[in-house]
Amino acid sequence: MLIELQGIVKDYRLGLEIVHALNGIDIRIDQNEYVAIMGPSGSGKSTLMNLIGCLDTPTEGTYFLNGSNVSHMDDDQLAEIRNREIGFVFQNFNLLPRASALHNVELPLIYNGTPASQRRDLAEEALIKVGLKDRMGHRPNELSGGQRQRVAVARALVNKPSIILADEPTGNLDTRTGDEIMDLFEDLHDGGNTIILVTHEEYIAEHSDRIIRLRDGRVERDESN
Amino acid sequence: MVISWSELGEGLRIALNSLKANRLRTVLTTLGILIGVIVVTVIIAVIQGLNVYVSEELSSLGTDNVYISRYPWMITSYEEWLRVSKRKRITENQFRFIQKHSRHAGVVVPEIVTRRTSRYRNESLDRVQIIGTTEDYIATSNSLPEMGRFFGETDVGVRRAVCVIGREVADRLFRNENPVGRRMKIGGHSFLVLGVLEKRGQMFGHSMDNNAIIPYSTFEKLFGRHRSFEIQVKAGGAEFVDALRDELEGLMRRARGLGAGQENDFSINQQSQLMEVYNNLTRVLWIVLIGIGSIALLVGGIGIMNIMLVSVTERTREIGVRKAIGAKRRIILWQFLVESMFISGIGVTIGLLISIGIALFVKQVSPLPVHLSTWIIFLGIGFTVAIGMFFGLYPASKAARLDPIEALRYE
Repeated sequence: MLIELQGIVKDYRLGLEIVHALNGIDIRIDQNEYVAIMGPSGSGKSTLMNLIGCLDTPTEGTYFLNGSNVSHMDDDQLAEIRNREIGFVFQNFNLLPRASALHNVELPLIYNGTPASQRRDLAEEALIKVGLKDRMGHRPNELSGGQRQRVAVARALVNKPSIILADEPTGNLDTRTGDEIMDLFEDLHDGGNTIILVTHEEYIAEHSDRIIRLRDGRVERDESN
Repeated sequence: MVISWSELGEGLRIALNSLKANRLRTVLTTLGILIGVIVVTVIIAVIQGLNVYVSEELSSLGTDNVYISRYPWMITSYEEWLRVSKRKRITENQFRFIQKHSRHAGVVVPEIVTRRTSRYRNESLDRVQIIGTTEDYIATSNSLPEMGRFFGETDVGVRRAVCVIGREVADRLFRNENPVGRRMKIGGHSFLVLGVLEKRGQMFGHSMDNNAIIPYSTFEKLFGRHRSFEIQVKAGGAEFVDALRDELEGLMRRARGLGAGQENDFSINQQSQLMEVYNNLTRVLWIVLIGIGSIALLVGGIGIMNIMLVSVTERTREIGVRKAIGAKRRIILWQFLVESMFISGIGVTIGLLISIGIALFVKQVSPLPVHLSTWIIFLGIGFTVAIGMFFGLYPASKAARLDPIEALRYE
């Protein structure tokens, strides 16, 4: 089992009020699944994504990721887990504007201490995989939206993480480019990657094999697609 | 806290990129540091230069010499001058008394001084310093003959009209001739030149080579007996200087017939007194240095802190991205510390370059021997690290502690 969430509760303090963002979530996700997490805004979708992505820890419950309990890890331990296990793809790409595509992709390797000699090869390999062989030296502002998202996907891939976690990856792209990115995810899934997609668009979620629907901090439905 | 080369490299790369993107801002930020560094290095260079200058100047006085004079070397007020100006002269008898009774003295030498015109054939030199003394003057003044010889005991005893002349007198009166064995005129009297002294250079702007040294007995016979003596006493060894000083004070009081309640009516001078005056002067310089320097560096450092806080805010999102893909706290911390050290490094480097320019300029146009050496490089590195670290620490730790979720959401 790759991901095992048991009785996850997440509370936030918002001023004097306590917001119950997640109220007891149990989810299990296997190796090489392609899962979409859906739900209206306020359903706890982003909170769940932050927890799965190890950007945050739950108030209650346990989270096993690839065999290790990450529920109570500190900041630096989480950073290490994120670096090793998770590749993020964001809605607004979140690339470093002043760095070349190649350097953006190299970044996770810098943070896990990969020697410089291997870094370049691995980053080039990842960029070739997403079809950006001839754009490696370009900066984000010299690339189209679709190309930027491809760079982000390459960055997510480069460390060979357990999960690729994509948060509305097509939200800032036109339909045609969005479809291209979804095709790319399809290829990655076929290549053995585990993909978790957070979206509120049905036609995007349709690409996945399993859809988990959230409402009011609980799993409303969890079904194969 | 350890950091790998690639992490350090990434830190440098980020620093360079962000500085390139904000050139003007960076230069303005470094101004405070720059001025601070200039002030500090220039003042230190001046002090070091002065140290070299003064110790060279004072070295001819000798550390184990004690000088008994009518007046103190340093008169610091008009009142003091009024008080000491009424003192009676120091006589030959007092010199003899000291010579006879001092037990700690190695050598006791009299000195009387006047200025006279000196001539040789058609050449003439005004206001040559004429020093009347004994053969032991060599020991207290450290003036060795370069050619010929110094006069001896008998010359003093029989009041011979002989002289030993300074390098400058020799050069200007005798040109290319060897003065030894020639006869020259001093104040209208004929003297036989026995020797020429080694060049001694200047002391506080006065030439020490524009002189003629003659037996004091001859001096009194030809130029009068009314002058006050200065008694130069060389201690038997450096460790006796303090004892010698006390002994001389007692002997002089006896020789001048001073009662128990009466103040000294003479002065005992030493090189160390001048050093003391000098040290007081440099102490003031050090205080100025520390004052201005630290204010400028503080202002500069706060400037860096301010710009780093701006930089952290501007790059909140970038920090979020870096943390999301696995940057630990210390990496973010180092990233910003490297940047702040880089900024302070630019300020320090430019400041040092300007200081070197100023030092070279001062050296060219003034007699002050400004002293700049390799230590300024270490000073520069020290400043860079210290200022960058100290003032960069708060913004950097602020960046390191950012919550990745908040940071990623930041617009």
